[in-house]
Formats: sequence, C-alpha cells, structure tokens
Amino acid sequence: MSNAVKAVKEPLFHIEKRASLPAWKAWAIRGGALLVALVVSCILSGLFLGGNPFAFFSSVFSGAFGTSTRINTLLKELSLLLCVSLAVVPAFKMKFWNLGANGQILAGCIATTACMIYLNGVVPPAVLYILMFVSAILAGAIWAVIPAIFKAIWNTNESLFTLMMNYIAEGLVAFFLTLWATDGSGTLNPIKDAMLPKIGGEDFILPLIVAIVLTAAMYIYMRFTKHGYEISVVGESENTAKYVGINVKKVVIRTLIVSGALCGLVGCLLSGAINGNISTSMHDGMGFTAIMVAWLAKFNPAIMAVMAFVVIFVERGAAFASRQMGVTNSAFPSIVTGIIFFFVIACEFFIEYKLKFRSKKKGGNE
Amino acid sequence: MALLLGAISIGIAFLYGCVGEIITEKSGHLNLGIPGIMSFGAAGGCMAVSIWMSWFPQPNGFTGALMIFFAIVIAMLFAATLGALYSFLTVSLRCNQNVTGLAITTFGVGFTMFLMEGVVDRTMFATASTFFTASLPFAGALGWFGEIFFSHGVMTYLAIAIAIISSWVLNKTRVGLNLRAVGENPATADAAGINVTAYKYVATCIGSGIAGLGGLYYIMDNLSGSWEYGIEAIGWLAIALVIFTMWRPNLSILGAFLFGGLYIAAEFITGVSFSDKALLKLLPYVVTIIVLIITSVIGKKETQPPAALGLPYFREER
Repeated sequence: MSNAVKAVKEPLFHIEKRASLPAWKAWAIRGGALLVALVVSCILSGLFLGGNPFAFFSSVFSGAFGTSTRINTLLKELSLLLCVSLAVVPAFKMKFWNLGANGQILAGCIATTACMIYLNGVVPPAVLYILMFVSAILAGAIWAVIPAIFKAIWNTNESLFTLMMNYIAEGLVAFFLTLWATDGSGTLNPIKDAMLPKIGGEDFILPLIVAIVLTAAMYIYMRFTKHGYEISVVGESENTAKYVGINVKKVVIRTLIVSGALCGLVGCLLSGAINGNISTSMHDGMGFTAIMVAWLAKFNPAIMAVMAFVVIFVERGAAFASRQMGVTNSAFPSIVTGIIFFFVIACEFFIEYKLKFRSKKKGGNE
Repeated sequence: MALLLGAISIGIAFLYGCVGEIITEKSGHLNLGIPGIMSFGAAGGCMAVSIWMSWFPQPNGFTGALMIFFAIVIAMLFAATLGALYSFLTVSLRCNQNVTGLAITTFGVGFTMFLMEGVVDRTMFATASTFFTASLPFAGALGWFGEIFFSHGVMTYLAIAIAIISSWVLNKTRVGLNLRAVGENPATADAAGINVTAYKYVATCIGSGIAGLGGLYYIMDNLSGSWEYGIEAIGWLAIALVIFTMWRPNLSILGAFLFGGLYIAAEFITGVSFSDKALLKLLPYVVTIIVLIITSVIGKKETQPPAALGLPYFREER
C-alpha cells in the first residue's frame, strides 16, 4: 500500500480515481476478470480433486448442458436466480441493503402453500391460482416493508434487520410444517393437484417467461419511469433528493414493497409451480447470490441475465464435475462461485481507480 | 441448571464471533463474511487436531494440551487468512463490504465443507474433544457453584478473557482510541497521523482470527467433536449479537449467555407442542430486532454503530 512506505521517498505507485472509463473498456476488464477466475478455478480443481484441469472443464460443460434435462434444470434455476436478482435491484440502487430476499421468498412460499392447503377444492382452480399469486406477492411485500418502515422513520439499520427477518421466516416455515405435515415427518408431500399448470409439460417454462417479462419490466421501470428516477436520486444522495422535493421516506417504503413483492412472486413459483410444497431451505440461498449478481452487473438487467447464467452454469457444472471425480458433497460449487465473485469484485477497483507507478525521470508523468 | 450450562456452552461460540466482529466493525468494516470465517477457522482447527492425533494417537495430558494450543493457532491462522483476503478487497481495493462479505461466506462455508467431509480424518475427534472439554479438577467438589463456574473447557475461559481484554484495549488504551477514531471518521484519523490502512487490516485480521476460534469451539467443545453443518447460522447470530450488545465486548459476555439461553430454550421447556417449540426458536431473532429498533429510536450516540461503518475510505476523495 502506498501509505505503508513512510519515508520522504516517493512510493512505488499511488492510486488515482479515474474520471471515466469507456463502457467497453470497463466491460472488457470485467470479462477478463471472469476469464481469469475460470482459469484459476480450473487449476484449483485440478489440485484439489487431482484430475486433469481440461477434463474438469469439459465435464463442467457436460454437467451444465449434457442432456436436455440438464439444460431444463439450468434454465429453471437461471430464471429463478434472475428473478430474485431483479427483485433486489430497486432497493440496492437506492443503497438500501436488503439482505432479506431469502426471507421474502419464504414468505411468498408460506402464503402460496397456505392457499394450496386450505383453498384447494374450495374455490375453482382459476381463482386458486390468482389467490396464490396475489397472496405470495402480498406476503413478500409485507416481509420487506417492515424493515423499510423502520428505516424510513428511525433510520434503523436495514441490513441487519432484513438479515434477522430471514431467520424469522425460516422459523415460521418450520412452525407451519409442524402444523401441515400431519404425519410428523417434518416434510410436506407435494400437493400435486393444486399446483399451477405446467406449460408445455416442463417446469422451467413458467419461470422463464416470468424472468423474461420481469427483465424487460425492470429495465423500463428503472430507466424510463419517475419512480426509477427517484430511486436513483435517493441512492446517489439523500440530501439532493430532499432538496428537489422527493419524499425519501415514501420512496424507501414504496421501493421495498416492489422488491419484496417480486421476491414473493419467486416464492409462489417455487412452492406453487415447481415443488408443490415448502421447506426451510427452499430459497437455496438465492437471496445472497442474487445480491452479488445484481451488484456485479451494475444493476443492468441484461448484464444480470449474463451474470446469473455464469453463476448457475458454474454451480451446476462444478457440482456435476466434482460428483464425477468422486466428491459427493455440494461444497465444490460454492468454492468455485466464491472464487469467481472474488475476482469480479476485485476488478471493480481497476475500473474505478488507476495505479500510477513512480517514474524514473523527475517530473515525468505516466 | 442444565439450561444455564447449555446456554453458557453455546453462548461461548456466539461470544467468539461477536467479539471478533466488534473489533472489525470498530475499524469501520461490516464483515458479513463472519459465518464463512468461523467455518474456515473450524476447518483449520479440525485439520490441526486430526494431524496431531495422527502423530500422537494416545495423547496424554501434556500432548493433549499442546494439541489444543496447536489447533487454536492454526484455527486463528486459517480464519485470519480469510480476514486478510476480506481486508485486501475492502481496504486496498475499496470493494463493497456487503458484497465482499457475502462472497467470503459462500467461499468459506464451501471450502469448509470440502475440507471437513473430504480431507480431514474425523475418526479420532471424540477422543480429542475430551481434552477440549476437560474441566478443572476441583469443579466437582464445589457443587453447583463449581459446576457453573469451573466445569467448562479451556476455550470457554479463553473466550471470556478475550472479551474482557478487547473491552479494555478498545476503551482504555491509545490503540483502542485510534481504532475507534478510524471507525468513526477515517479522514480525521488520517489527518491526526494514524495509519488508517494498517489499523483496518490488523483489526480485521485479529477480529477474524478470534471469530475463527468460535468455529473450532463449536465443533470441538459444544458438539464434542462431531461434525455438523451449523456454523453458518451461529455466525449470523453472532453478527446479530453485536447489535444486541451495542458494540461492547464486555456486555457481549452476558449477551452471549442470554442468546445461548434463548437459542436452546425450546429444548428445555416441557409441556409445549412441537409447533410452539418452533415458535420459541424464533426468540433470539425477534429479541435482536426489538433491540435494533429500540436503539435506533432512542438514537443515543453510545448505542449507535461506528459512524463510518460500511464506507470505504479513499484519502483523495473529498
């Protein structure tokens, strides 16, 4: 570090903030970081699993794309992750650290499952489906708006509040499972006859459609609407927002309702369309992964689709590859995902700042 | 009685994580990587134990004590390595702290599962654990008093000692004053001639090292050497405990025991249904949220997080 060298001597390099960098250069740096990360994880996989790195790489591909079932699963998980990433975007753009997407998804799952259990057969299917959607969206929104209200009025720390809400949601799922799983096993059998109809007989199509619609909608919402504009002003500077007459409290609460509602929608897809039941780990940690996806894509919905694809591709591919090499647990995908995140996070530094090295000649610059 | 002992036993795991996170947060860094760092510390410590047990399959008092020392050192080293990675990304490269922390957790938990289930030989852990949980010899002679105060393993006392020492260093020494200055207002600290970067690095690494001991403690003492994928939840609760105790290491000792009690209360209350037990398990989280709300409503300066928490510091920025 520059200020570690204390003497009068000029340090080896110093850090300077860039005025701006052409967009293509910034994305080239990010792409490069991603490539380096993939190479490093392949080398590491060779070291740890004791295989040939190239063989590993090819089995990653076959794990992700090898059969049509695998492609379907890939698309399904990609769509879900993308939906959650889109859901967290408005809040983050506002610099509201919503770490509670996991809990908001579960809230949606609880509402959907409750509808499936209590209303199946009571109301016609079409009404049931609508109620499932609406209740899930409401539940997610409520789960997100509680921390938002406290943040808006008393400036309560939202990252810790939403984090705790995750665990409360998980606990509530456990509670409802004790009520609903009457056989005492703690797991609920899929309620097949109340599930949303499978479009084309595959369970990835509905999430995919939702993801595509949401991507377009979020792009428009953030970019072309007054709401989107207000969100970015509040995110850049709260004082500016107050000065131009934006009601910051209202924006915070409204944005979190949107964010939570979308998470609830994902919960509806998970419980109502894919699994037909509920479990405490149904969110699969997507809330956290989505935060990283959204941040790394700089909140650009199109790039987020790419990032989500990379993450799911690596997770599914690495899981398959490590299974092939005799590692049965699910640890290896998280290691590789972690490495990729490290590199892509770190590369932001080289986009924001540049290093200026000490030049030999006096007064020489660059 | 059993509830109290259980509360102390699990509370110590929270205490390690909490004190480590307090030290880190005092330098202005909200480290959400604590769950991963605690896991990784556990992995390091367990590796050390398994290596030691392969050298000395029948440890006596002396080699057993050395094993604990060895495991503690390695656990701290492992955890501090992840802490160093976190500080390199957030201090030197000024990356977003929340995102970096979550990535550290993903990586740390994954790596730990890989090591614990694939690499580390766990066959001798039950034997090794008896050294971690060995209590003072006169504990039994003192009845209930001895059981509450002297029946614990060595890492329990280490945790309390660390908490008290950290509290003293933070509030009574110049180093602590400087560290708090860095967390409250790094630009002012920098102008006063404090090496902000060094303080941030050292605080994060030491804090991570301490947190890593919590993982080791959880596996070796609380679980008596069996492996269970539960450290991540402990880590998140440790972060909650930081808020609960309002950034005070000495308060966190009591807070940890209270949290421990809430955490296991559901197991001890008899005559309630499974459903009610599930609801009782929510207590620690609900209590944390209530404390979080109350402290923010009161808004007193002493109960607030460090002012520069979560913000990167770049000297040339105005």
